[in-house]
Order: sequence, then structure tokens, then C-alpha cells
Amino acid sequence: MEVKTANKEKKIKQAPTTVSGAEAVIKCLLEEGIDTIYGYPGGAIMPVYDELYKYQDKIHHVLTRHEQGATHAAQGYARVTGKVGVCIATSGPGATNLVTGIADAQIDSTPMVCITGQVGSHLLGSDAFQETDIVGISTPVTKWNYQVTKAEEIPEVLAKAFYIARSGRPGPVLIDITKDAQFATLDFTYKKCAGIRSYKPFPKVNLSEIERAAELINSAKKPMIVFGQGVILGGAEALLQQVVEKAGIPSAWTILGLSAMATDHPLNVGMVGMHGNYGPNVLTNDCDVLIAIGMRFDDRVTGNLEHYAKQAKVIHFEIDPAEIDKNVKAEVAVLGDVKETLQLLLGFLKPKNHDAWHQKFKDLYKIEYDKIINNELNGKEGKLGMAEVIDEINTSSNGDAIIVSDVGQHQMVACRYAKFNKTRSNVTSGGLGTMGFALPAAIGAKMGKPERQVVAIIGDGGYQMTIQELGTIFQTKVPVKIVVLNNGFLGMVRQWQQMFFDKRYASTELINPDFVAIAKGYFIKAKKVTERSELQDAIKEMMDSPEAYFLEVKVEQEENVFPMIPTGASVSDIRLE
Amino acid sequence: MEKKNYTISIYTENNIGLLSRIAAIFLKRHFNIESITVSKSEVKEVMRFIIVVEITEEQVKKIIGQIEKQIEVIRAYYHTDEELIFQETALYKVNSAEFVEDLTIQDFIKETNARIVTVTPKFFVIEKTGKRHEIDNLYDKLKPYGLMQFVRSGKIAVSKNEMPISSILEDFNTININS
Repeated sequence: MEVKTANKEKKIKQAPTTVSGAEAVIKCLLEEGIDTIYGYPGGAIMPVYDELYKYQDKIHHVLTRHEQGATHAAQGYARVTGKVGVCIATSGPGATNLVTGIADAQIDSTPMVCITGQVGSHLLGSDAFQETDIVGISTPVTKWNYQVTKAEEIPEVLAKAFYIARSGRPGPVLIDITKDAQFATLDFTYKKCAGIRSYKPFPKVNLSEIERAAELINSAKKPMIVFGQGVILGGAEALLQQVVEKAGIPSAWTILGLSAMATDHPLNVGMVGMHGNYGPNVLTNDCDVLIAIGMRFDDRVTGNLEHYAKQAKVIHFEIDPAEIDKNVKAEVAVLGDVKETLQLLLGFLKPKNHDAWHQKFKDLYKIEYDKIINNELNGKEGKLGMAEVIDEINTSSNGDAIIVSDVGQHQMVACRYAKFNKTRSNVTSGGLGTMGFALPAAIGAKMGKPERQVVAIIGDGGYQMTIQELGTIFQTKVPVKIVVLNNGFLGMVRQWQQMFFDKRYASTELINPDFVAIAKGYFIKAKKVTERSELQDAIKEMMDSPEAYFLEVKVEQEENVFPMIPTGASVSDIRLE
Repeated sequence: MEKKNYTISIYTENNIGLLSRIAAIFLKRHFNIESITVSKSEVKEVMRFIIVVEITEEQVKKIIGQIEKQIEVIRAYYHTDEELIFQETALYKVNSAEFVEDLTIQDFIKETNARIVTVTPKFFVIEKTGKRHEIDNLYDKLKPYGLMQFVRSGKIAVSKNEMPISSILEDFNTININS
């Protein structure tokens, strides 16, 4: 009887209130714990914006200068906090401008919910003003999408959207809401989604696979770990470190795995892939057991698959069954959330060290250091190099900053040289390679972690793809630090032209504007550095600034990023020059 | 690896947009869909897609993984022709004038178990259900008589072995879903 009474009381508490569809959207966001969203208003989403006005003390809506900026800001927010990033846009061009960010979130497994307005349901299919089939357009790049045409669908659909975006392998969800559904009323009650019958976000863990994995690891002579973002998404950073330390395994990371393990950890042997470190790339083709944890063997990681780790037994820890055997055949596939599977694995592992094997990584690092790193960090003459700038930021941040990088040469240099002590500190567009990502993503990152120093490292090309977001920085006063490494070229493309197209620099040279004047035009503190002697002070001034700060550094125009695995080559054929 | 005809059976929720979502998976990989049918399945409120593609077994395995990953897909299976009982249906619209005069063709229709569906002074409609080559044979036979229209369905198929889809759905309905 008591139980019944309790239920009854609960029911009374949750008595539905009649609200508009637009208000229901806001109430859903509040129920999901959302306090910051990014977006841009327009005709078909105006009812929702009207409610945002009423709820502005509860939800901070950040007006970006372009809808693409809203998606990347939401991504930056999601990547550093682990929460679902939310962005909102109107129909038609508002919605299509989200597509790049959605595709980026899909390939980099970022939890995001995008809400778009749509023309009234009676106008669907009539080519009405600002009508576009955003559900059709976004289908291949969303984890799920749905068009709402009735107000009463909103609570359940948005609950599903958040559940799908964050559960299992996270990803973007788009919900398109017709304008009449925003105006119509419904009796609002909210129930968080706890499951969908056709969707299995967490595959069942098979203990015998974990035992098989442990046996292989325990008997391995030359084991190597490659970890990816799955470790971060699963919140398994500490477990990874325990596994690595107990089994004494040299561990390398993919670009999105960076910061899951401190960069100065003795067993952290650097980055794999096209511009990764020499040791882990070469030794991928020497190890006897390759333990892949929360990574998906992207082609930029593996190089030529015909010559990738053929000698090794591959163990693949992965949450997404579709990734197993997709690119690299796994001897043992351990399905599940790495937080669960690594915990179980730990119990079966024997304490080991592999000093002689680890020494091989150190020896190869020495070669890379002598050939490349030393020159890049300690260049005493000529123009400034990109690595020197990153190194100076390291010195100032002690590895505690969140580094948001764009796409291109500077991204590779930032990821190769930046030091990290904390997880979720490396924000970059890995899979899609979206130029223009960093500036808006840094805004979201800083809002997600206001207590942390957030530094965006951007090339002069990518910077100009979303430069308008300086307006967002100015208006919100978000104190992000922006470093543009200006070499006057689309550097990575230029490097390829130099190496593979006989230096025919087709459309890669940029005649740039006065970046400092532009920043100042937005009333953002700004400085330009051209000489090595000015760098240290300029970085310090930027890092110490309590406000947003823009720093342009003129760097060597035709610097190349090495090491490099040329397209079609094997990881062990990585070039040092 | 050798390319082969694979028949992919997909059990899904009945939602708008799912056809496009599934078709997009094939498009992304540049696979041509030979035929596709979507209909109700044996399970209430569950749809069944039957898609025929000519690809390698490795490709079909990967595509099943991508299909099953979609939120509203319950399960997907693939089969070779040997593992299936399958049929296609075709309709042939033939010019009456040419047709009535030739008794051999009428006999042929009877022999092949085709069926005359409609007769009008202007045209006959003939229906044939069977394997692809049988439908093609009849097509070749009828072509000289002035084939006015021809249409063939996608493949419909049931597997020889059990597909445990019904029991999966029963589980859905009895087990309390926990995230």
C-alpha cells in the first residue's frame, strides 16, 4: 500500500503542464542538464528562440556567427566535458550549414544533438521558403535523425536523441521540428530514455575473449599498445595506465587518443600514423602482439594495410562491432566498453616488464630526435619553426592547457609536440580533417572548462575559414587564446605538391590580410611575432592575459612535417626526410 | 575474393526514412543494389527488407555490420542463393492481335506455369512467378509478339535455416530494457 501511495504522489508531482512545442524543447534540454547551447536564429526556429529568451537565466545560448561555428563549438564543449553538445539552427541554409560539423562529429564519435527548425508540416515538399530536406541530407552523417511534425512527439524524441547521442559509441543526432509543431501545445511530462529495443549500445562482454587476450599479452615478447579515443570516451584513462604499467607495455596513441595518457609517462612512446613518431610506426611491423584499444585503424594510422603488422597477433578492444575486422583482422576481438573490459583484463595480467623491447623504441626516438626533433626545437637561425611555438606554450602551461588544433601541418606539429598531463585536453578534427574547426571548437572548449587555459593553434588557411567567430569571442568575452602559425601557405597541401607534384604550387599560396588588425577590429588583444627573440615574452603575455588574446607568429614558409609515411607506403617505410 | 549474389535480410522498426538510411550505406561504398523489396514481416510492426547485391563475402559481412549499427535496425542477415528459397514475380503486357493468332505461345505459357491475368481486345497481361532465368526465358519468348510493358519484382526469399528473429523480438517484449 505504501508503495502505491508513493507512486501516486510521484504521479501528482509529474502532473503534465500544457506548454508549446517550443517550450517543450527547452524543458527537455533542462531535463537533460543542458545549460549551454550554440546556435543561430531564423524564421523556422523562431518559436524556440522566443522560449530561449524567456529561459535565458537557465540556458546560455551562444550566438555564433555561422551555423558551422555552432556545431564546432558544441563539439569542443562535448570533447572537453564528455557531455552532449547542443546546437540549434533554422531550416534551409541554417540546417545545411550544420552538415560539416555533423559529419565531423560522426567520424570522431562526438556526442551532439542538433535541433533544426523546419517549415510548417503543411508546406513540406512544396519547396517553401527555406525548406530543405535536412533529414535526407544528414542521414549518412548522423547516428540517428528524425523529423518531428507533432508537438506531443517532442519529449520522447528528444529523450531518445540525447540517449542515442551519448550512449555506446557516441555520435551526432539531428532532430528537425516543423514550425507548427513548435507552436502547437502538448501536455508535457519528461522521462529520460533508458533503452531502445532495436539498439544495443553496449555489446555483451565475453569473458573468454578477455582471457584469450590476457594469455596472448602474458606470453608476448614484444607487445605494443595503440590506444585511441575510445579510452577517453569510456572514461578508462586510469585503467589504461594500470594495464600499461602492470604489463609493462610500450604504448602509442592515435591523434584522438592523445592526452588519454600523460605525454611524459615513461611507457608513452608517441603517436602512430602518417606524421607520427618514428619508433611506434616502425615497430608496429616488429611487435608480436598489437593491442588496439578504442581505435579504428584509420588509413592515416595504418598506411598500406597489406604491410601493416602482418607479423603480429592483433587484439582489438572495441565498443562498435562494425569496427571489428573492418580494416585489420583481429586474432582476438574484445567487444565492450573499455572501462569494463580493461578492468576485467587487469585481473588476468601478469606483472611484466619488457625493457629490452622498450629500449628499441628509445633507440628509434634517439634517431628521430637527432634527425628532426632537435632541429625543430632548437633551431637557432632562420625563421621560426612551428615546433618552437608549441614548445614555448608547453613551457608556459606545464602541460595543463587544453590545446585545440585545426587541420594541416600545424595540427601535426601541435600533436607531436604538445605536452599533456590531463585527459580530454587535445581537441582536434581527426577523422574528417575539417579546416576551420579550431576557432569555434576552442570557444566551446573554454565554455566547457572555464577553469582551464584553452589555446587554439591554427594555420593561416583554416583560420580564415571560420574567422568570423572572432565576433562570438568578442561578444561573449570568452577568454580563449588564439595562435595563428602563419606560413603564407596551405602548408600541408604545399608539402605534398613539393614532394609528389614537382613543386607545382597550385593555389596553395595565400596572400593574407593584417590578422592583428582584424582581431583588433573585434576589440581582441592582438600581437604579431616575427622574430625568435620575441617569442617567449609574447607567449607569456598571451598565456597570462585574463582576456581573449590573438597571437600571430610568422613561421618558416616552406617547412615540411616529418616523419612521414607517404600514401600507399607501409608504416615501417616511414621517412625521416 | 569472388563476387557473388548475396541476399541481405534486414528486420527493422517501421519508421520513415529508414529506407533512405539503409540505401545510403550501399551508396557510400559504391555498391549497386540489384533489387530491393520492403514489406511487413512475420512479426507485428516489424518490417523486412530484402536486398540483393553482387559483392564479395568480406564486403557483405562489413555491410551487415554497418546496417546493424543503425538505431532502428533490429537484425540483419545475409545468405547465398543456395541457402534460400526465393522467387521473383513478373508481369508481361502483350499485344492481343499478335498473341491470339499464335497457339504455340499459348501452349508455352501453360507449360511454364505462367498465368493469364487479364484479357482485353487490345492486350493480354501474363504473370509469371519463378526464378530469374525462367522469367527471362518467358521474356525472350514474348518479346517478338510486341511486349508493350514488362515489370519484374525484387527477389523475395525465405531462408532454409531458421532466422531467430522472432525469438529476439519476444525477448525484447519480455525483458526489461536497461541501459
